[in-house]
Amino acid sequence: MSTPGVEDWSNLNAGQRIAMKYFIVAMVLFVAQILFGLLAGMQYIYPNFLYGVLDFNVNRMVHINAMIVWMLYGFIGSVYWLVEDEAETELVGAKLANINFWVLTVAVGIVVLVYLLVQAGPGEIESVWFINEGREYIEAPRWADVGIVVCTLVFFYNVAATFMKGRWSGISGVLVLDLVALAGLYLAGMFFTTNVSVDQYWWWWVIHLWVEATWEVLVGCIMAWGLIKTLGASRRIVTTWLYIEVALMFGSGILGLGHHYFWIGTPEYWLSIGGFFSALEPIPLVAMVVHAVYDSGRHGFQSRNHPALAWLIAHAFGNFFGAGVWGFMHTLPQINLYTHGTQWTASHGHLAFFGAYATIIIAMIYIALQKWRGDVWMSGDLADNGWKWKWSLGLLHLGMVGMTMALLIAGYEQSFIERALEGSSWSGYFEAQRHPWFVQSMVWREVFGLTMAAGLVLLLWDFVTIGKRESREIKQLVADQSHAA
Amino acid sequence: MADIPWWARESLWRKMAIWITAIMAVILIFLSFHSVALITAGSARVPAYSVINQRIDYRFDRERNRQQPVIGDPAPLFGRVLSEADAEQLVRRGKLTFQARNCINCHTILGNGAYYAPDLTKAWLDPGWGTEEARERLMKEFLMDPYTNARTFGTGRRMPDLDLTEDEAEALIAFLKWTAAIDTNGFPAAFPTIKQGGGT
Repeated sequence: MSTPGVEDWSNLNAGQRIAMKYFIVAMVLFVAQILFGLLAGMQYIYPNFLYGVLDFNVNRMVHINAMIVWMLYGFIGSVYWLVEDEAETELVGAKLANINFWVLTVAVGIVVLVYLLVQAGPGEIESVWFINEGREYIEAPRWADVGIVVCTLVFFYNVAATFMKGRWSGISGVLVLDLVALAGLYLAGMFFTTNVSVDQYWWWWVIHLWVEATWEVLVGCIMAWGLIKTLGASRRIVTTWLYIEVALMFGSGILGLGHHYFWIGTPEYWLSIGGFFSALEPIPLVAMVVHAVYDSGRHGFQSRNHPALAWLIAHAFGNFFGAGVWGFMHTLPQINLYTHGTQWTASHGHLAFFGAYATIIIAMIYIALQKWRGDVWMSGDLADNGWKWKWSLGLLHLGMVGMTMALLIAGYEQSFIERALEGSSWSGYFEAQRHPWFVQSMVWREVFGLTMAAGLVLLLWDFVTIGKRESREIKQLVADQSHAA
Repeated sequence: MADIPWWARESLWRKMAIWITAIMAVILIFLSFHSVALITAGSARVPAYSVINQRIDYRFDRERNRQQPVIGDPAPLFGRVLSEADAEQLVRRGKLTFQARNCINCHTILGNGAYYAPDLTKAWLDPGWGTEEARERLMKEFLMDPYTNARTFGTGRRMPDLDLTEDEAEALIAFLKWTAAIDTNGFPAAFPTIKQGGGT
């Protein structure tokens, strides 16, 4: 083992070296997400800002696409990080995995450049193939879709073959089956149809069954592994919890898809099915909170990696409030009729993606940095009292909660004025947009967006420096935890 | 293991996870086949593309207790009566234009998309177009030159000029007219429609 406090690639196994690359690109895209979010947010306040150069639709597309892609990079990185450890053998096809990373990253770069420089195309099928598919969240042109599927298959081969060569566990079993579903679902979004109802029907298969089902189970796996690694939690307990979460998550989330089928032309039975099952969706998220807090308490918060554990707990609560509470608030059709397609949805979307996914990837990056710097001490008593990770966690959360509340107030106002009073006409829409409550909310959203940006700068600074001049190792604490377990 | 109650055992929850997931997936697949059959173009809920040859309205239905689309007298779009195949071609072109110009990242349609600009589900029926007679011309002029014809309603927000050709603008209007005829279970609620057919 090398000197503690010094980055050394030889501290990492082959999968972990690839993981680090994914994490680095993920953070670059996180910066892009925040930057383009701030640009789009600014256009609500100053509509002439970048008008005709980088219009709102371009900024917003880059904002949400950067998010989806950095989170996928974060997940892929997390899986490469844990695969050798969990399978207790070396990664199968490391060279291929490396080539795959570069192919995917170059493709992502080309897609972003085309978004920014070409922006739009003629109303022909070629535009969908080469410029922009024009469907929210999955705007990547079709050639990139095909590339994504191929890269995903290579990733899947790496992971599944490694587990097959080594050891299977509850966590890896759930993980591999979940990856099959996650990759397979993407195919549902890869065709053009004139019929907008059919289009949105399958589009929601991808979007909902990713973010409200398969992504949730994927982070459940990462959480289970993360609790074993940071707390030394019992594998039997976390695996049982993982199964409970899968049962509850898929039990509610698969038919919870119906809450997107209220108003897109689909039959009325979805009002009942979607309303009922989506109302159950917060239950597994409560289970995750109980699980994380119980395990942490049981181990007296004696973690091997304080920042990682803090972000894991932030994930449990963020997922519960963002996805669970904020989702439940407008999920029943009786309220959704008035909230659907307002800033209410944006409020929920912001808190849910951050709370459920950004948090846990950040936790994994802290776990990775610890090992990269030679298994340094990252428990209590960090240098400078660990102010950077604490303040960045605080600022990112303050910014996110502030934005969520600002958008929620805007959403309330829109629901009442544009929807309930004005019946959603264009003049009703604009009346709601000019209302002082809405205008003020947009200003506050931008202020809190800047707060998040400050938090992100601090987070990245912490990533570059944490544990760097640390001479203590974490070995002793690990030994104590293993003994206690 | 013996001291763990049956309801907390790993093996029980593994089986539960597998069975619940499988059952839910099968139900969803079955319902998806059922639903997609009910929303193919030409069904009761999603009309055939040639509906653009007729007047479309969105009226309150006492029995369903909500608004629903009403297909009325012949009212050909741009004065041209189209066959089903030609209508489909036109709407298809409109949908492709909608996607290629990235409309969804400012507007919503069927309530899904971005929130920077109004929902387009019933754009065809919006009272903002003034009269039934002027509507097609105004829509086309607006789409082809949104800068000059901007109506910002005091927000200062203008649609960017997306360089739509006349063909693309007409196709987009056909797509929006057809979309307005989809039965959306009463979404959006209490929508005030443009006066059509001599003030009905």
